[in-house]
Amino acid sequence: MTRELGSSAIMVAMGLAVLGVPLAVNGAHTGRRDLVRGAYAVVYTNWALLAVANLAMVWALVSHDFSVSYVSQVGSRATPLFYTIISLWGALEGSILFWGFILASYSAAVVWINRKREGAMVPYAAATLLGIAVFFNLLLVGPADPFKLVSPVPADGPGPNPLLQNHILMGVHPPLLYLGYVGMSVPFAFAIGALLAGSTDDEWIKTTRKWTIVAWGFLSAAIIAGMWWSYEVLGWGGYWAWDPVENASFMPWLTATAFVHSVMVEERRGMLRVWNLSLVTATFLLTILGTFLTRSGVLSSVHAFSNGPIGYYFLTFIALVLVLSLMLLAGRSSELHSKGRFDAPVSRETVFLLNNLLFTVFTFTVLIGTLFPLAADSIRHVKVSVGGPFFNKMTLPICMALLFLMGVGPALPWRRAPKDFLKREFGVPTAVAIVVAALSVAIGTRDWFAVGAFAFGAFALTTNLRQFWIGAAARMKAHGENPFVALARLVGANRRRYGGYVAHIGAIATAVSIAASSAFKAEREATIKPGQTMSLRGHTIRLDSLWGQEQSQRVVIGSTVAVLDGQREIGRMNPRLNFYRTSDQPIATPAVRSRASGDLYLNLMAFEQDGSGATIRMIVEPLVPWIWVGGLIVVLGAAISLWPARRRVWGTAPVPVPEGGDELPALPPRLGAPRPIPARSAVSGDAP
Amino acid sequence: MADANVNEPITPRKRRSSGKRAGLIIGLVVILSGFGYLVYGGLGENLVYFLTPQELLAKGTRAFDVPLRLGGQVVPGSVQWNAQTLDLRFKVTDGVKTIDVRSHGSPPQMFRDGIGVVVEGRFAKGGLFESTNLMIRHSNEYRPPKDGHMPAEMYKSLIKGSSAT
Repeated sequence: MTRELGSSAIMVAMGLAVLGVPLAVNGAHTGRRDLVRGAYAVVYTNWALLAVANLAMVWALVSHDFSVSYVSQVGSRATPLFYTIISLWGALEGSILFWGFILASYSAAVVWINRKREGAMVPYAAATLLGIAVFFNLLLVGPADPFKLVSPVPADGPGPNPLLQNHILMGVHPPLLYLGYVGMSVPFAFAIGALLAGSTDDEWIKTTRKWTIVAWGFLSAAIIAGMWWSYEVLGWGGYWAWDPVENASFMPWLTATAFVHSVMVEERRGMLRVWNLSLVTATFLLTILGTFLTRSGVLSSVHAFSNGPIGYYFLTFIALVLVLSLMLLAGRSSELHSKGRFDAPVSRETVFLLNNLLFTVFTFTVLIGTLFPLAADSIRHVKVSVGGPFFNKMTLPICMALLFLMGVGPALPWRRAPKDFLKREFGVPTAVAIVVAALSVAIGTRDWFAVGAFAFGAFALTTNLRQFWIGAAARMKAHGENPFVALARLVGANRRRYGGYVAHIGAIATAVSIAASSAFKAEREATIKPGQTMSLRGHTIRLDSLWGQEQSQRVVIGSTVAVLDGQREIGRMNPRLNFYRTSDQPIATPAVRSRASGDLYLNLMAFEQDGSGATIRMIVEPLVPWIWVGGLIVVLGAAISLWPARRRVWGTAPVPVPEGGDELPALPPRLGAPRPIPARSAVSGDAP
Repeated sequence: MADANVNEPITPRKRRSSGKRAGLIIGLVVILSGFGYLVYGGLGENLVYFLTPQELLAKGTRAFDVPLRLGGQVVPGSVQWNAQTLDLRFKVTDGVKTIDVRSHGSPPQMFRDGIGVVVEGRFAKGGLFESTNLMIRHSNEYRPPKDGHMPAEMYKSLIKGSSAT
């Protein structure tokens, strides 16, 4: 019954989506609102049907209905309820089903929010979203059908992949990733909508920017959560290995980050219009490419589930999207002249341009490194892997330059900087950077990239914090507000700008912590008997006992380890090995003790069966918790910049923000300047 | 868009901007070729080949002292493990050729005779493969443990709580 319900919901959704695309296109083309409304109704119905299908699958999983193929593949009566529910996204078919639901939800939200908007752009965007829905619904009725009938019905199933049921972050990382990945379909749909409607104007910028930041915020959170998962589960004390699946999530993030910066150049100066459309399209394509890499089985990893024909579907879709968007871009490019030009080499737009150049090079580097082994295997039939050293060597200099630009950009004004500006604005940050660099060398940092990260991080942190200080000081002077009120109202009245700076501060925290934790990581491994101790970098642990525990889905072999301060016990840790019934390999379950200064990380490597000894890997990594905190700050920054403006603005009058700001009234257009800059209120959601 | 051209100044400015454009294109070409060169060099230095013992030996001297991944099975009876010095020696075979491997650090818990492994490291001139990373060959089809390797049976004494204190 559940099976039939889910299966028919997908079937109907597929048929409706196929009908919805021409309906929306026709409505957009002829301007007939009844057709457009019909297409919007299809979008809502598609959402309802996919919600039904997803709920049916969750019900089938929870009720252990093994006649459903997906349940027979990932379900097991022994699996705890939480992991049973989240195994919805624990394998190929379920993850595509969940993907379809997220896509349908985004589409419904986009259409609902813009349902009253005139013009052809939104209907065309809806057509694009429905087109993408057709593809995913097609996968669900075809190669990734989760509702196939299994006969005879098995009594029990194998349960999810052990790696995917060993940590609670499995309930966090995948949904965030889908929200980020699938969210990139929305800006893409608006790009196509704008191109088809021939209205790549401010309206396009406003809508696309907001939806990109939504998806970008989720993707940032997802990448950080994925790093955290890897750190907590894989037992090697690291969080990033340039693994192809990590790269797959990272590449669209890079291009989306480039876009949220360069879109400001288009908004303020009317430049980079074709470029921005290309970035949005590239981001979408990279999410589909990422899904292809992780879901088609071309790579062997915990994310790759099968070797079915699904890869060809993805390749065809990628080719189709690529060709169609290139044709559209080429066809419209004559109408997409830059309205502005670069006035001076030292200006905010130049920094954005450099930022985009670096992000593009970064993306290509990661793309080449990721695809090279696939190309080598299919062309020359050799198995190679591109090692981490390649990525580090290529991308660390880019990261340094980006950190530096992150410090320069916020302080620079648009158009051109006054003569003594650089000295005035960057004197203090440069001094701070030099002091930090000297200090980090003095305390023994010999990794030059780490020194660079600390110095440039300090530089960028100083300039970004300084922006808050300058703005708040101006308010305190103008309104006699106390510092906290001034700061809160400053951010409240200019959410986009200060949200961006908050995101910068988070990114700096993450970058610096990554540099510190890799440069100062120390590890040792020893076999010790109960009662014996081992030490590393001032941390001492004592093995107290080994124990075992039988649970429904696994056998846990654990160790109890005391953390010592001299003779005094200050804590206990339990690194474990989990033996799942369905796997012949144990899953490491490291124990992590986090303090502001860093982590003590213990992994049980091996043990004597009689409990007489254990091999423990002890890792000391400074600042690791700040990687996760930095990620949270980035997401907070995205949330601040998206927070809807209030109708009534705090304070009595808008306070002009000193130089360097978005809010500075545009300079009077010089003679021959292309056109006046649109008033800010017309293009942004923030009321001044 | 029409208003964008209304104030467009005449020729001198135009010429300068086309000169600028040429400069921009040249700059881009220089940057891109520099980037291409770096990527090419970086890839060449950092490619890690995945080889079987037979393929490794067939490479002759070219296999010496470059980062490699060696895949094969652990030859039964070849494992020598010193838990105190964390020194591990074993042989890896593909059924045709066999290679001696030395690794430092404790092997994964499931490391045993006959299991498929991937060892990362370098092949030294003496014919010994120095491993820096030893991995059990992953299979995405998660198989239940074989008889005789049921953890609940193997670690019975620990589960009963009879662990040494």
